[in-house]
Amino acid sequence: MGALMSAADHPEHSDLTDRTGFSLEQIGVLRKRFKQLSHNEETLRREHFNEIPDLACNPIRAQIIEAFFDTRNFHQNGERTVQGTVQEISFKDFLVVMSHFRPPSLHMTEEQREHVRREKLRFLFNMHDTDNDGTITLEEYRHVVEELLSRSGALEKETAKCIADAAMLEVASISMGHMEPDEFYEGITFEHFFKLLKGFDIEAKMNIRFLNMATTLCK
Amino acid sequence: MASPGVRVLLLLVLVSSAHGDASGINRTRGNRTLTPEEEEDSQQHHNNTKAFPVLSFNFEHVRKPFEISLWILLALLMKLGFHLIPRVSHIVPESCLLIVVGLLVGGVIKALDSDASDTNSSVPVLNTKLFFLYLLPPIILDAGYFLPIRHFTENLGTILMFAVVGTLWNAFFIGGMMYGVCQIEAAQLGDVDLLSCLLFGSIISAVDPVAVLAVFEEIHINELLYILVFGESLLNDAVTVVLYHLFEEFSHAGTVTITDAFLGVICFFVVSLGGVMIGLIYGIVGAFTSRFTLHSRVIEPLFVFLYSYMAYLSAEVFHLSGIMSLIACGVAMRPYVEANISHKSYTTIKYFMKMWSSVSETLIFIFLGVSTVAGPHVWNWTFVIFTVILCLVSRVLGVVGLTFIINKFRIVKLTKKDQFIVAYGGLRGAIAFSLGFLLTDTHMKTMFLTAIITVIFFTVFVQGMTIRPLVELLAVKKKKETKRSINEEIHTQFLDHLLTGIEDVCGHYGHHHWKDKLNRFNKTYVKKCLISGERSTEPQLISFYNKMELRQAMMLVESGSLAVLPSLTSMQNIQPRDTVKQRVIPSISKRREEEIRKMLRSNLQKTRQRLRSYSRHDLMMDPFEEDLSEVKFRKQRVEMGRRVRLTETHLNVHNSLSFKGMVSQMGYSMPLQGGERKENKQMKALKMWGFIMFIFS
Repeated sequence: MGALMSAADHPEHSDLTDRTGFSLEQIGVLRKRFKQLSHNEETLRREHFNEIPDLACNPIRAQIIEAFFDTRNFHQNGERTVQGTVQEISFKDFLVVMSHFRPPSLHMTEEQREHVRREKLRFLFNMHDTDNDGTITLEEYRHVVEELLSRSGALEKETAKCIADAAMLEVASISMGHMEPDEFYEGITFEHFFKLLKGFDIEAKMNIRFLNMATTLCK
Repeated sequence: MASPGVRVLLLLVLVSSAHGDASGINRTRGNRTLTPEEEEDSQQHHNNTKAFPVLSFNFEHVRKPFEISLWILLALLMKLGFHLIPRVSHIVPESCLLIVVGLLVGGVIKALDSDASDTNSSVPVLNTKLFFLYLLPPIILDAGYFLPIRHFTENLGTILMFAVVGTLWNAFFIGGMMYGVCQIEAAQLGDVDLLSCLLFGSIISAVDPVAVLAVFEEIHINELLYILVFGESLLNDAVTVVLYHLFEEFSHAGTVTITDAFLGVICFFVVSLGGVMIGLIYGIVGAFTSRFTLHSRVIEPLFVFLYSYMAYLSAEVFHLSGIMSLIACGVAMRPYVEANISHKSYTTIKYFMKMWSSVSETLIFIFLGVSTVAGPHVWNWTFVIFTVILCLVSRVLGVVGLTFIINKFRIVKLTKKDQFIVAYGGLRGAIAFSLGFLLTDTHMKTMFLTAIITVIFFTVFVQGMTIRPLVELLAVKKKKETKRSINEEIHTQFLDHLLTGIEDVCGHYGHHHWKDKLNRFNKTYVKKCLISGERSTEPQLISFYNKMELRQAMMLVESGSLAVLPSLTSMQNIQPRDTVKQRVIPSISKRREEEIRKMLRSNLQKTRQRLRSYSRHDLMMDPFEEDLSEVKFRKQRVEMGRRVRLTETHLNVHNSLSFKGMVSQMGYSMPLQGGERKENKQMKALKMWGFIMFIFS
């Protein structure tokens, strides 16, 4: 029991190791958690996520749950062959979504690091871009800021709007440079988003420690 | 224009003459108070010829403060002088130059004194009490108050490992090996016993925060490495204190028992945790006090300084770690105090701290130089050479070994480059010297002191000078110079919540989960107690945004131009055309409104007078000045001074509490334009233009 799952138990796990980069132990632990969440069914649905108590006080809960059901996140490089959201996910999809939070390994070339950065930023981008059109419009960005501030007491809608506007202006001026007064900035494309958060060092920040999970599984 | 060299010479002459005068006066005074009869005699003799003294000379009266001020003035003038010689200040770090100046001054004083009485040298030495009570606290407070909390807590495990285990390893390794060296027949060191060696090891093993700060601040290394080395230098104080007292006690007793060792371990926990506790208590009390300072803004900064200093002193009373207490106090106090105090007080605190810590650091290095010249030295080739070599070797071994273990637990591993910088940045400094000075007077003490000084000189000069080219050579990542933008702030918060959520989905109570819990506890209970008014419920994103607005208002006003800075993109560019009419300005609280209004008014009145003059930012860039874009502003202003085109924007009033309300009450609709130069805060310019018009009308 525990960490010593061999490949013989679940032959598809070795395939998953290659696809997602998790080790066999980590896949085993995540499989246990998947079973726990889905009450031993084969697929997870949104209601299962709603049952997690700690998630209830998270301001961006809805977006996190949606991210699990977004088909764009089911492929390694965020390409969309099938657009839209699904109603239930298998263990494989769960694992692929989780793999976005794997830390980069120690020995990586600059290219690999860039690739990892792109993947993680793509995940964030997909979370913001709720209507799947490839750009984050002002409305969507406003929604993001409103959600962030939603649990902080008084919902000051106007301040949220202004913060989002200021942020959008910044992106526009960084990406587009000079704009005529009657030009219109459609929205943040992925390339602009990537440029914006270039210095953010996301490959070092967006990581979960999958190491000792076997000992700390809660209810 | 006198060259710096001449200036230095003048100062030296001044110092030595003051010194000479002081001793001169002493002598004549001594002669005078011989016998009362003689005095009376001479007085009677002079009675008829003695007129009312129009001008008299009484130096003893002001001697002490005079000397202190002269020393500080000397230190600061040296600092100024270095920056006038650009070539030297690029190669040699300031700390080295200051030590050299100290050596020179010490040499001069000693030379002048050698013809006077040489029974007690009146060269001032780095007195331990002076150092620990007056010179060290400002530096530590400055470091602790402005500690980057996020990086510190993320790497706390690593830092603690380096600080505790690393220092222990260093102490025992150096102590043990030195004992081995002392056993060698040829060195004539046979009388140095194991405990003395261990004591010596514990003094010399600790990385010094003052030296690290002095050197690392100039090389602008990335935040991770900075916080690793600096955090280690702060937290190893507890270990040093315990080891020092332990070995000193033992070397008197002569033997060590198991209970003593066990008590030592307990002592370590008491010292460190007790220090932190004292700091936290004072910090919370200080934060609570700042809640009530609404009507006496002027004394706000003093509370911060006094509470912190009291925390340090209280910890020192019980022989707990004063440094950790000071850091805990600053860290605990800061978020609440900053929410309560006015903007001016915040600026005052920041600049006073920087000023005191800068003066302290300068004085410490100069005194180090002076003390080197003053003190009696016993030079033993073997001892000194082996000390230096062993320090280096043990540091490297310690860092490499510990990193191997630590990397198993870190998400972002430490590369070989990082390890090298951490090992190379282990500088020793004045704390080691002062601790050595505190030793009881044995014949070994002078030998130890000489060795300690040599190690300090070696690390500060050799390592300090070569670390900058090495950093360039190894292409170590430098500090990000740009300020945090609103986008990054949004995404930092977003990422925090996202990672907490994912951890919850995984069912894993990790780092983010506990941080989130702490934040929520902070928000619901602690903030309500310690922050006054409506700011207690203000979410972090909004306070960041307000701070940014404030900063931009000031920047705009201080650039001294009435002309609105034209920008690249304006609100029209990002909003769909039909909703342009509905732009709103957020309503800020009345108190802040008043503050911003007052500040703008006072600054703009000055602007009126110096419309066409240069702004006062023609000085060199002060390294403590945050806004580098002021230079950009100045250039922009000069270039676009010719064209001020006005375009139109639409402001609608939604409520009379906002600034816009002010503007619209004047019935004014402002013109504003996008121009050709790049400026990404057009919206702020918009609002500021509103204020400007309001105030001028």
